[in-house]
Amino acid sequence: MNADQNASRRKFLKDSVGLLGGLVIGFYLPARSGRAYAADAKPKQVYPPNAFIHIAPDDSITIVVNKSEMGQGVYTSLPMLINEELEADWSRISVESAPVAAVYNDTRFGMQLTGGSSSIPSSWEQMRQVGAVARVLLIRAAAAQWGVPEGECHAENSQVIHAVSGQKSSYGKLADAAAKLPMPENVALKSPKDFKIIGKPMKRLDTPEKINGSAKFGLDVYLPGMLTVLIARCPVFGGKVKSFNADEARKLPGVQGVYQVPTGIAVAATGFWPARTARDLLQIEWDEGAGATLSTPAMFAEYLELAKQPGAVARHDGDTVQGFKHAHKSITAEYEVPYLAHAAMEPLNVVVDLKPDQCIIWTGTQAQTMDRAAAAKISGLKPEQVEIHTTYLGGGFGRRANPRSDFVSEAVQVAMAVGHPVKVVWTREDDTQGGNYRPMWADHIEAGINKDGKPLAWKHTIVGQSIVAGTAFESFMTHNGIDATSVEGAATLPYLIPNLQVELHSVKNEVPVQWWRSVGHSHTAFVVETMMDELAHIAGRDPVAYRLDILPSNSRYRGVLKLAAEKSGWGKKKLPAGHAYGVAVHQSFNSYVAQVAQVSLENGKARVHRVIAAVDCGQVVNPDGVHQQIESAIVFGLSAALHGAITLEKGRVMQSNFNDYPPLRYSEMPQVEVHIVASSEPPSGIGEPGTPPIAPAVANALFKLTGKRLRRMPFDQENFA
Amino acid sequence: MISFHLNGKNTKVDADPNTPLLWVLRDDLQLTGTKYGCGIAQCGACTVHLDGRAVRSCVTPVSMASGRQVTTIEGLAETLLGKTVQSAWQAVDVPQCGYCQSGQIMAASALLKEHPHPSDSQITAAMDGNLCRCGTYNRIRTAIQMAAEQGGAK
Repeated sequence: MNADQNASRRKFLKDSVGLLGGLVIGFYLPARSGRAYAADAKPKQVYPPNAFIHIAPDDSITIVVNKSEMGQGVYTSLPMLINEELEADWSRISVESAPVAAVYNDTRFGMQLTGGSSSIPSSWEQMRQVGAVARVLLIRAAAAQWGVPEGECHAENSQVIHAVSGQKSSYGKLADAAAKLPMPENVALKSPKDFKIIGKPMKRLDTPEKINGSAKFGLDVYLPGMLTVLIARCPVFGGKVKSFNADEARKLPGVQGVYQVPTGIAVAATGFWPARTARDLLQIEWDEGAGATLSTPAMFAEYLELAKQPGAVARHDGDTVQGFKHAHKSITAEYEVPYLAHAAMEPLNVVVDLKPDQCIIWTGTQAQTMDRAAAAKISGLKPEQVEIHTTYLGGGFGRRANPRSDFVSEAVQVAMAVGHPVKVVWTREDDTQGGNYRPMWADHIEAGINKDGKPLAWKHTIVGQSIVAGTAFESFMTHNGIDATSVEGAATLPYLIPNLQVELHSVKNEVPVQWWRSVGHSHTAFVVETMMDELAHIAGRDPVAYRLDILPSNSRYRGVLKLAAEKSGWGKKKLPAGHAYGVAVHQSFNSYVAQVAQVSLENGKARVHRVIAAVDCGQVVNPDGVHQQIESAIVFGLSAALHGAITLEKGRVMQSNFNDYPPLRYSEMPQVEVHIVASSEPPSGIGEPGTPPIAPAVANALFKLTGKRLRRMPFDQENFA
Repeated sequence: MISFHLNGKNTKVDADPNTPLLWVLRDDLQLTGTKYGCGIAQCGACTVHLDGRAVRSCVTPVSMASGRQVTTIEGLAETLLGKTVQSAWQAVDVPQCGYCQSGQIMAASALLKEHPHPSDSQITAAMDGNLCRCGTYNRIRTAIQMAAEQGGAK
């Protein structure tokens, strides 16, 4: 990234409107729930120096996007929302990433954060308002110039037109005058029936840069005088440096210095290769601490023992004790779900240029506000003295929204030690072994059915670490000892079960944990949807018909389940010999996804041939974006279902790279079909909801093929030969 | 000094001959389109062409490039085949995060040079070493088939 260009962009954003020769529109919508502000879209506080839209005199338009582009398509979908109301020439729109400022806060989180599948739901109203206000000001400016009533003018393709007189003026020519007008109080938004862009498949605006190597990721930032830094971190979580000898490392050509930092020993060199080579020469004695006792099999044994004990109650309906007494048949099952690394293709990295009165950071982050606060605290600067340039993210999946700002904090500590601009690079091995994993979980479920086969009682106990414990999120995401992310998808079980109890044990250990695409749902959907399949089986019922029987009549789960069944030919289509279908349905981030997986066995392992997905995410902004996200989420979930496991032995992570933590490859890729349920509901999340159903859908197909219930992930632990 | 032809231009670098070509391209020459993903030839993000064949630059010492033709994503559009592959990628809207795509495109164009009309299994075999965590594999296959139909590889 060109630092000069960025400096000029910051200047533009800080400058007053009058100096720009263009129109800058900014809004601040106070954080409220989406529904609340959709119903009550006034009043708005205006912060003119901040901006989402810049219209230049040559009619080019820059849209500043306050969400991080990590593949999910926000650099296209957010401009689509703005342009639905702005009526600009789409071909002249380009995108820039927002700096850190309150005006760019997520309308729901109250901070700048890309996560929780929130970008479209939280921007849906806001970005259309941004576009509408700009359009109104441009029309007002034109009407004033021409001395005609505003109501006789309309906007189209970056022009304001007065049809009666035939006068036209371009946005670029009107921008100066429009920028001087007061902000309108209330602008009505288009009715969905008048949408021209929303709901139409649009090509991504970031594709051209991503096919010729010019897209800039964090790792592509080079500053003059910058050193590349690799850090030797303790192989055991929570461990500290006891002593070290860097004599050999320092002798290596290109090495500029070796420093002890809070997270380990940092080697600064003229490039990645000398830094990496020198790091291997360090001799470090570690004080490993209590984390050195952790081993995965013992942890699962301990978790499963705990799962039999009463925990904190997350949901309590009816009386499960009485329910099980009256049950016709009951079954119990135990589940093991491992730690998972996010393993984004771009390993973590941060560039920091620390000056006496300023800290400038370039990184692919999902969490600008938290990272800025962390950088300010560590450097002793004020938050406004910290600048964050958000590059493209080479995958995020939650890892780049660290609630402890781990990678940014460490990089600022390194910059303070080294005294040069630094690029801290994590190797793939560092990234795989660096913790901040999806927690490992153990579950215990007891479920009983009536004589008619319907579930009568369900008791589900979950054991695992809380993601939000000890973070800024704890106070509002933990209630009565329950971290909402630990039980989501389990405590929200939609099926009609009169006696239902969900309990939680939040355990603590040294392994840092974090949100991983679909968070708690990534684990709970597997557990509850495989158990639901077991209940259908012991009731002697078809798994789709059984679910439809016990879902509430108005439930949106029904629509996706029926659509996936219909499109897959469930119960009708004749599959090749040795193939079977499995089904699962799950809601996460207010979106509903059902998947039917067609599976066979090859050399004793699962082979997934085809996945038919149905999704209800409310109104759709970019249908092609929805397709991409469901395709992507399925591959992400399937990688974990088949292969993903981070395991510990004496506190050490046993995996290091893609050879032993293998994502899905081409040769394993199923066909994927995505079907969208038409909806007039407000838009809900789409980045994550495609992930949870794939593991249970595949597991349920494997049961049909083998008669064996899969209650441990990943599935490649089993050999069906 | 090690010299090679990089994207058609004579290039000289003063680097330790054991340094992987990837880091010479990125850190010394600031051609950042070629990506670091794993460092052990497991992901293909670093794929470049050495004398027209796809190699993993993360495990290719720069000394191996001496006197040879190196093509990176930045130089790919100089050939009709390269342009055809890129325009198929554009038409199918393949990338999501985009980080692996330089390597995917370099692997696909090397495949199409060798097999202008690859079978499904040839595509799978040629592309199996290129990982994509965003799961763009099916779109990549579609784009390769489209590029083959458009026949840039003559």
